[in-house]
Amino acid sequence: MSNIIDRRKNSKGKSLNNRQKFLKRVEGQIKKALPEILSQEKIKDSHNGGKVKVPVKGIKEHSFSHDPGSGNKNIVRPGNDKFVEGDRVPKPKQGRGSGRGKGSNSPEITEDEFVVELSREEFLAYFFEDLELPNMVKKYMQSTDSFKNRRAGYVKYGVPSRLNVKTSYQQSLARQIALKGAFQQKIKELEEKIKKEKDKEKKKMLQDELEERKKHMRTIPFFEEVDLRYNNFEKVPLPTTSAVMFCIMDVSASMGFHEKDIAKRFFTLLYIFLTKQYKNVEIVFIRHHTVAKEVDEEEFFNSRESGGTVVAPSLELMHKIIRERYDVDQWNIYCCQATDGDVWSDRDAVDCGRIVERDLLPVIQYMAYLEINDHDIDGSLWQVYSRFKEKAQFSMRNIYDVSQIWPVFKGLFRKNKVLEES
Amino acid sequence: MENKEHYKKLFSSSNWEYETLKAADEITSKIGREKFKLSTYPNQIEIVTSEQMLDAYSLIGLPTSYPYWKFGKDFVVNQNNYSKGRQALSYEMVINSNPCISYNMENNSTTMMVLVIAHACQGHNAFFKNNYMFKDWTSADSIIDYMVFARDYVLRCEEDFSHGEVEAVLDACHALMNHGVDKYKKPQKLSATRERNRLKRLADVKRQNYNELWRTLPVDLIPQKKEDEEHAKFPIEPEENILYFIEKNAPTLPIWKRELIRIVRKVAQYFYPQGMTKVMNEGFATFMHYHIINEMFEQGYIDDGFMLEFIHSHSSVVFQPEFNSPYFSGINPYALGFNIFMDIKRICQDPTEEDRKWFPNLIGKNWLDEVHYAMENFRDDSFVLQYLSPKVIRDMRLFLIADFEEEEEYEISAIHNERGYRKIREALSDQYKRAFYVPDIQVDKVDLHTTSKLHLVHQIVDDKRLDPREAQSTLEHVRYLWEFPVELTSKNKLGINEEVYQCD
Repeated sequence: MSNIIDRRKNSKGKSLNNRQKFLKRVEGQIKKALPEILSQEKIKDSHNGGKVKVPVKGIKEHSFSHDPGSGNKNIVRPGNDKFVEGDRVPKPKQGRGSGRGKGSNSPEITEDEFVVELSREEFLAYFFEDLELPNMVKKYMQSTDSFKNRRAGYVKYGVPSRLNVKTSYQQSLARQIALKGAFQQKIKELEEKIKKEKDKEKKKMLQDELEERKKHMRTIPFFEEVDLRYNNFEKVPLPTTSAVMFCIMDVSASMGFHEKDIAKRFFTLLYIFLTKQYKNVEIVFIRHHTVAKEVDEEEFFNSRESGGTVVAPSLELMHKIIRERYDVDQWNIYCCQATDGDVWSDRDAVDCGRIVERDLLPVIQYMAYLEINDHDIDGSLWQVYSRFKEKAQFSMRNIYDVSQIWPVFKGLFRKNKVLEES
Repeated sequence: MENKEHYKKLFSSSNWEYETLKAADEITSKIGREKFKLSTYPNQIEIVTSEQMLDAYSLIGLPTSYPYWKFGKDFVVNQNNYSKGRQALSYEMVINSNPCISYNMENNSTTMMVLVIAHACQGHNAFFKNNYMFKDWTSADSIIDYMVFARDYVLRCEEDFSHGEVEAVLDACHALMNHGVDKYKKPQKLSATRERNRLKRLADVKRQNYNELWRTLPVDLIPQKKEDEEHAKFPIEPEENILYFIEKNAPTLPIWKRELIRIVRKVAQYFYPQGMTKVMNEGFATFMHYHIINEMFEQGYIDDGFMLEFIHSHSSVVFQPEFNSPYFSGINPYALGFNIFMDIKRICQDPTEEDRKWFPNLIGKNWLDEVHYAMENFRDDSFVLQYLSPKVIRDMRLFLIADFEEEEEYEISAIHNERGYRKIREALSDQYKRAFYVPDIQVDKVDLHTTSKLHLVHQIVDDKRLDPREAQSTLEHVRYLWEFPVELTSKNKLGINEEVYQCD
């Protein structure tokens, strides 16, 4: 007897485990290909889900096999259209010709074309595998088990201390009204019957029934088990799993398209990195030329400004925003500042140093300073910031080419950065 | 009669339902059994999505297998090709088990479903049950159980030892998979329970034997080996099954690794007949679906529209692109097998003068009996050698190319004429021999008393040498399993060494 089984509803992904094993096998190559992919990809895409293709080479499985070029072979082919016995045909150039005969089910694929598709999740996991924000541990570790109970509606069962009287009473009222309605209808009917009824005997009986009903109606219980409602609580993670990221960028005339592009890529990297680590990541964009202004993303990257450069107001603005909106106890604060290194005056640079040291570093988790230029001479901001180099919360790098982004990013956020640099 | 109208309606609807499949299965088995004397395992027809079909592909159809990265790679390869439209998925896949499991794609049309059921659930199924290769080399009853055992065992090894080490052993075994098959000796029937018991017994024996006292026995009490015995060659006869030899004789290999070798060996053994009967298996299944569907039409189960779609798919299945066509990718086993089986039938029913000369023992016989006989008692190479008729050679216009290494040109050494038939037949038969694609490598000897070095010998056939890089890399896998130096020598016809590969 045959069995017909519809397997379509069965779980998918039977090969998932083996696929993971395979990915592990080519891990090295995937990691190697990542920076290249990053520099080719449009940055906006990187927030979204989707797939990333990683070319993979050299996963050949070895076995004893014949050298295709060697030996004397007799090959049978179908569809002779012109040959007669004894004809001679020149061999094609080396590397082709023999050894192609395979079954119809197995088209040959060369290993070079082999491409693995990674989901965004997998991609990011590889991407950030050996990175960790240096000072992140502090709040991140605490936050993992700090939960807050939050109200989440009502449930029918619970401990008496959580009884919600108001809602239970509402339920009770509704039940009473519903039951009364039913009784009242019955009573109405009975009363009408009594009116019509002539026979005394029967009238008496109906009257008795009426009394019975009325008694029932009066004795509807005030509270029943079904009425009771209890407060329900749900555990929610505290907002320490949240991070805010300040992007500060110089948009003065000296920042060209190229510089902005690099800054943008760098911010994006930081953003996807933070979204891996925190449930909730907010971004604040601050742009500055001579004045600092909080803007939205669109304006941050796209609108053009001109004029000189004063940096300090942007840091002041950041400090102000932190005080107003982001409670230091509940938010992990990250800051990434990108400039071309030019400042209006040394005075400004000194101001910046002061603000960073006094107001920002004590409250933020990490600050990265990125100077986008190819100068050999250190700008004055660079000189001022250099004294924070020793601090674990602070990093600074110089960058000028798109291809440098990943190594620089890696350098900024590598695990045990302090150890490595010292 | 009304019943048939009902079926006709069922089969002419473009959408299939559970009922359609059930009817298709009932009718095809009835016709297969009564009209064509097919004896089959019970069928288990599974409807799967494309994704599940890809899963099945990567495990070569087995419902379960041990975890290994290669299966993941195959999955990724197939998925890539499928999603890019480079490769279509087949309509069905069927495995040699009892009950016989076949996977049918959900997006098959009604006609395709019926065709596939006739093809796989009757044709292939009967082939698995009756062909001598499958009967002798595989055990359909226990393969599923065995694979579950294998999976659990590998998982346990991964836990007890390390993922990396298990993977390295499996890598080495898979590299030697082609050399892990008993070609002449019929293997024992598989059984998961027996495997488990055997493992338990092994552990017991080991425990009982472990006693330091044995080492303190005075030397005189240990019976001395005779001189000539000690210098005897080991193994006495060369061993073709390299994996088997390593499993049994590797000097220091831990038991769990031997067991892993054994598992891969058993799987290789299970798939061995599949590779040896591709033409016959597909040919017979195609021959059967062709006859069953035609019979259904004659009996009035299906209508003209159905037949048109059927004929279209059938002819694309048996289409043989010519050697110079861009679609050409070797000889289509469906076409060759189908043609030969059809020709057996023709020779029995309507022989020509030529047939009387070539196939005297088919003349006047019952065609069905002869087809059954051919299906049961041959494998691809012997089947071609026995039954490839001049007519089929002419119809397919087969010709023979001699490709000699030192020649500048190919020579057309035979075409479809009186002088060529035999030559073509022999060459085609050779092409389906295992030696055509798997080099002949055997275990020659082990240096028992000195280095424990393992000597492998490759017999060069038709001047076909080994791919040197592959040989060296594969030899490293052998080295890994054997755990002592290994050496591979390529010997030519005269027994002279042409090439030596070493791995110390």
